[in-house]
Amino acid sequence: MSAALKTDTADAPIIQVRDLVKEFNVTRGRGGPPAILRAVNHISFDIRSGTTLGLVGESGSGKSTTGRLLVGLIPATSGEISLFGETITGADGEAALAKVRSKLQFVFQDPHGSLNPRMRVGDCIAEPIDIAGGWSRKDRADRVSELLETVGLPRAVAERFPHEFSGGQRQRIGIARALALRPDFVVCDEPVSALDVSMQAQIINLLLDLQERLGLSYLFIAHDLAVVRSIATDVAVMYAGALVEQAPKTVLYSAPKHPYTQALLDAVPRPDPDRVRSAALGGEVPSILNPLPGCAFAARCPHVMAVCRQDRPAPRPTGEGHVVACHLY
Amino acid sequence: MAVPLLEVDDLTVRFRTDAGWMTAVDRVSLAVGEGEALGIVGESGSGKSVTALSILRLHAAATTRMPTGKIHYGGKDLLTLPTREMRQIRGGEIAMIFQDPMSSLNPVLTIADQIGESLRLHQGVDQATARKRAIELLDLVRIPDAARRVDEYPHRLSGGMRQRVMIAIAIACRPKLLIADEPTTALDVTIQAQILDLLRDLQRELGMSVILITHDMGVIAEFARRVMVMYAGRVVETAPVGQMFRRPVHPYTEGLLTAIPKLDVDVRRLPTIAGSIPDPTAVIPGCRYSPRCPQVQESCRRDSPALLPAGPEREARCPPRVAAMAKETVA
Ligand SMILES: Nc1ncnc2c1ncn2[C@@H]1O[C@H](COP(=O)(O)OP(=O)(O)OP(=O)(O)O)[C@@H](O)[C@H]1O
Ligand SMILES: Nc1ncnc2c1ncn2[C@@H]1O[C@H](COP(=O)(O)OP(=O)(O)O)[C@@H](O)[C@H]1O
Ligand code: SF4
Ligand code: SF4
Ligand SMILES: [Mg+2]
Ligand SMILES: [Mg+2]
Repeated sequence: MSAALKTDTADAPIIQVRDLVKEFNVTRGRGGPPAILRAVNHISFDIRSGTTLGLVGESGSGKSTTGRLLVGLIPATSGEISLFGETITGADGEAALAKVRSKLQFVFQDPHGSLNPRMRVGDCIAEPIDIAGGWSRKDRADRVSELLETVGLPRAVAERFPHEFSGGQRQRIGIARALALRPDFVVCDEPVSALDVSMQAQIINLLLDLQERLGLSYLFIAHDLAVVRSIATDVAVMYAGALVEQAPKTVLYSAPKHPYTQALLDAVPRPDPDRVRSAALGGEVPSILNPLPGCAFAARCPHVMAVCRQDRPAPRPTGEGHVVACHLY
Repeated sequence: MAVPLLEVDDLTVRFRTDAGWMTAVDRVSLAVGEGEALGIVGESGSGKSVTALSILRLHAAATTRMPTGKIHYGGKDLLTLPTREMRQIRGGEIAMIFQDPMSSLNPVLTIADQIGESLRLHQGVDQATARKRAIELLDLVRIPDAARRVDEYPHRLSGGMRQRVMIAIAIACRPKLLIADEPTTALDVTIQAQILDLLRDLQRELGMSVILITHDMGVIAEFARRVMVMYAGRVVETAPVGQMFRRPVHPYTEGLLTAIPKLDVDVRRLPTIAGSIPDPTAVIPGCRYSPRCPQVQESCRRDSPALLPAGPEREARCPPRVAAMAKETVA
């Protein structure tokens, strides 16, 4: 399993996730019978200090749920999450989470929704400081100025309101706020998905610079595979709640093994008019409400075998830090 | 292009806003040939949707100042056509699909009813025929189990299936032109590929012209034959697709192409475009891209650049680059 990612023992992972499961209680239709929806289905991975794990997958595959679990925003159903040596799942999870909470932050997709429109930018950025408490007025003001400089915005911005800024600038403000308490690990949930191309590259580069300067580790969630390639160290691919493949970035993009990853990469339109894409993969993402036994991708997989419809493939290391959950390997 | 099917000539659209009048679309001209796939690409707010909606006169009149310019179609000017005639063209000869299919589908009508409505309005067919045609159309857009699905309501369908239904409605009356405004932007990438395949097949089978609007250069490369790049309400470049990707003329097109995250190679740091998209109400003298342009010259901030010929079938709104190119060709 993820042991395969631990090739370098000097670089012990700061985040370890084992067999993580998250279920939600839902009702089927209006007033329908209750049901259990397994949004995250036995996933395991590591994140090493100062690196970025890119988490990709289509809508509803469980990416955001994974991100929220990782920073303790929602409790796990089962499985284990250790952050900086503290296990935040299980009986003593609450106490462990309290110890590491200040090291964790979250950057959201929507630069509009995540900033309070009635608060000045400076106060938005200082929100985590105010919640933590114990800062003098001067320290707080200095920190806000420093943060604005860090994300490449002029200091005067502190006095203005979020709506006066473009999407890209608002995302910078969101990042400044996330950095306020000097976190070590930041979950970025689709931080550039709502931005135009010319803004995306600026924010990606900013996140890379911050990582270099501050030694941050990221879980970077996105549905855009090219965006993930531009920022990740390792990449994990989710499908219907499961992690189907993970590998160092270059390996995953140049030699994908899982049939779903292959189809996904193939489906992305390239800005290259000479490329001829193969015919699209048929079918749709299966409902995770009534999962069939076996591999979740079986209904769409061009390589499906009899065993695939019976047994769920377990993740297996295949060398070079590559982990694949598919009966072909 | 012999005689274009649709020709937009100097279209300008202004909106009244709190900050005064803003020009959303500024003297845009374009032509679509019969059976041609034209791509319009640009970042948000560049005027793509306003251009498309203006062709079909789908703007709430109260907010818009009557657009100026001409939209030639079948010997008529769509901008001045009587409302009744316009209604016949809309959804009949020219159809449109949008990014969010749910907002244009009626949640309380079955799919059969919604497709039938269009057929009854434009072709006056009876209910039984409309239902039969609806099933055929669902088959055509490759919805499995069409005979059963036709009686379902839109909320029961996935995003990809809803977009197929929208396409079925759009092609119900065999339009000559389909305007697709970000038809795959809200969809997952494997579903996007299915919808793009479907649109291309339908275009060929039905001989339709298509205007495809997107912010995604990849979608343009895959689908369009000719492309028009918009920036801040203006057309900055038009070119055959291959030429634009191989050799962009306008510095904005060039910047955009290099700033796109790359899927097939590792890049250490992406090149960026400085600054951000201008506020739509901002007055920028001269070239609207000049505050961000790495190649800006004195004259750019002074004179509003015209769209200049830059080779066969090519135009660009950048006098310095067009002049430089002309020199290269001579040399
Ligand atoms: N609080 C909740 N209650 C019930 N179901 C939920 C809840 N949160 C998430 N889900 C469900 O869990 C599944 C995974 O959701 P999640 O938000 O993690 O997907 P995602 O991969 O982030 O998708 P997207 O790309 O659309 O953001 C979905 O089916 C979603 O509807
Ligand atoms: N009904 C409207 N009223 C006022 N402004 C509008 C209206 N519709 C669009 N705009 C403005 O016109 C500009 C172009 O918009 P649009 O064509 O929708 O851009 P896009 O290229 O993203 O499709 C934007 O600045 C937008 O805010
Ligand atoms: S386990 Fe079987 S169905 Fe699943 S991806 Fe592998 S080959 Fe395909
Ligand atoms: S006209 Fe001048 S400022 Fe505008 S794109 Fe060309 S070089 Fe740049
Ligand atoms: Mg999400
Ligand atoms: Mg639009």
